[in-house]
Amino acid sequence: MAQTLTIGKALNLGLRKAMEDDAKVVLMGEDIGKLGGVFRITDGLQKDFGEARVVDTPLAEAGILGTAVGLAMRGYRPVCEIQFDGFVFPAYNQIVTQVAKIHARSKGRLPMPIVIRIPFGGGIGAVEHHSESPEAYFAHTAGLKVVAVSNPVDAYWGIQQAVAHPDPIVFLEPKRRYWEKAEVDVDATPDPLFASRVVRGGDDVTVLAYGPMVKTALQAAEAAAEEGRSVEVVDLRTVSPLDLAPVFESVRRTGRCVVVHEAPVTLGLGAEIAARVTETCFHSLEAPVLRVGGYDTPYPPSKLEEEYLPDLDRVLDAVDRAMEF
Amino acid sequence: MTALPETEEMVDPVPGAAAPHLPNRADLVQLLTPEGDRVEHPDYALEIGHDELRALYRDLVLVRRWDVEATALQRQGELGIWASLLGQEAAQIGAGRAMAASDMAFPTYREHGVAWTRGVDPLHVISLFRGVDNGGWDPVATGFNLYTVVIGAQTLHATGYAMGLQRDGAENAALAFLGDGATSQGEVNEAMIWAASFSAPVVFFCQNNQYAISVPLERQSRVPLYQRAAGFGFPGVRVDGNDVLAVLAVTRQALQAAREGQGPTFIEAFTYRMGAHTTSDDPTRYRLASELEEWKLRDPIARLKAHLSRSSIADAAFFQSVEAEADELAARIRSGTVDMPDPAPTEMFDHVYAEQTPQLAQQRADFVAYQASFEGGEH
Repeated sequence: MAQTLTIGKALNLGLRKAMEDDAKVVLMGEDIGKLGGVFRITDGLQKDFGEARVVDTPLAEAGILGTAVGLAMRGYRPVCEIQFDGFVFPAYNQIVTQVAKIHARSKGRLPMPIVIRIPFGGGIGAVEHHSESPEAYFAHTAGLKVVAVSNPVDAYWGIQQAVAHPDPIVFLEPKRRYWEKAEVDVDATPDPLFASRVVRGGDDVTVLAYGPMVKTALQAAEAAAEEGRSVEVVDLRTVSPLDLAPVFESVRRTGRCVVVHEAPVTLGLGAEIAARVTETCFHSLEAPVLRVGGYDTPYPPSKLEEEYLPDLDRVLDAVDRAMEF
Repeated sequence: MTALPETEEMVDPVPGAAAPHLPNRADLVQLLTPEGDRVEHPDYALEIGHDELRALYRDLVLVRRWDVEATALQRQGELGIWASLLGQEAAQIGAGRAMAASDMAFPTYREHGVAWTRGVDPLHVISLFRGVDNGGWDPVATGFNLYTVVIGAQTLHATGYAMGLQRDGAENAALAFLGDGATSQGEVNEAMIWAASFSAPVVFFCQNNQYAISVPLERQSRVPLYQRAAGFGFPGVRVDGNDVLAVLAVTRQALQAAREGQGPTFIEAFTYRMGAHTTSDDPTRYRLASELEEWKLRDPIARLKAHLSRSSIADAAFFQSVEAEADELAARIRSGTVDMPDPAPTEMFDHVYAEQTPQLAQQRADFVAYQASFEGGEH
């Protein structure tokens, strides 16, 4: 059965399905109950599943993740909502020193099936701490997995796959794209969670993106086509572990690779991907792997975010530079 | 339970101005005086048989012997470090023995006495300090979580676990261990807020051993720690942490209240770390020898021994048999430590995830190949 859904609604329906499928799933977060979350992702769930399964927590992010650890030890599958990307840091200690390490610490005796949902990225004209892209911190941490969805189909299936997965997952939601729509077939067989996907074929340059930048990359590819350039776009979908086999295959054909993300370029995912692509596709490369990302500044006040964020033109500029080598 | 004591006592906010003398106050729950006299407390009756009293004594002696042996093993280079519980035996044995089998303990890294009461093999604790693993015991089977080294983080785990108990309708409780220094951590305060908000069946058991490594209690708190509980909206009680009977009675009552749905309790076990923070520490730099001498007079084992002897609950033969058992335990710990094999080098890769990632599997394979390249040659 296909229906047109926004990313936000797809997440809502996916969470509902996950809760129906497994009574151990417990949602936790600030304002996620009666209010349905500040982005309404959990709208209506507390009404239908009760306050014990959709928990309006005290305003304390470390508390959300720390108690999620205890619930997971007791056999529950907590799904924690961090209200905004910049508010994950009070919970950073619990995520990095506990959630990520308990499985290893216990030699596998204590699984940590915890999902940490984070609306991430900029573009919504917000104040400080509401527009960040913290994925590299988590991708750098052994024991965590990190995924980023870009569309309603992946949102619907991905959240269910993440909830059912035995390891802790940082689940990044592209907040400025929450209202983007697409057809979702809820009877389809979903792609695996930890797999990248070629979303547009092309021959000249391979552009990699995830989360909100996938749409930007696709728009850039469209514009490039008008100038006669054929850009292949890969939606990475999973940030940790990376699934680069389709990327290597693509780069061996195109010889050129551009990585796009909102996060600052220095030591961002693009750096890791560039290293891996270079190691694996060295003899196929016609140009160095180029990165398009945020600048190495704090996320700026919103009047400057259009300059800060990669957009169609900055992606095209990188494509041009790759072609000129 | 004494919820909101009316004491006017303040901890001197000037660091170092006041040594941590045992408060001679009505709000300190005590059932056994430092001299070994059994006294009654209006709120904490304790029915306890002679067998149980002797068993508590045995526990105290054996964990101290374990601790002394581990310190010696560290000095001889067999352990990387050891965090001694010397002086805190009664607090830990009393708390541990108050637990039901299906309660769950959330220790810091010094709760060897509690580990003992949960049936954890001392060598499974030793293996952590030897660097073999992060603790070799099964936390689910023993009802004793793995040691948590980040100060205070486990108090939230205990609270979440207690929320799980609530959801399961289980008639059990979680017992969160923490120290005086941990009370300054944000996460500990969050844990107490959560426990109160959800009326979670968790008991916070704070061993106030007077020092966070070198920093005295005065730097952590201007009020006695147990009084903090009032601000969170649940009972706080201070117990003589060197009195195993009082600790047992107070913790039992708090755990029972939690199991019955009455929510959390904060217990401050007033005690003293007789040894160094760890074998890497030098307490002579920050505390006076006279203070240690004063606390030796309140030794948790001596007072129970005096009580057992004076009341003819145990005779010389019993004490000798416990000593002999302690000698055997020490010998077993020594040989078990020295003979403990190193872990297989590939173990570091094997439990990072429940579902191994292709990248880590590749790193593991590369590592194995690299190691193999040295076989028969220079390593």
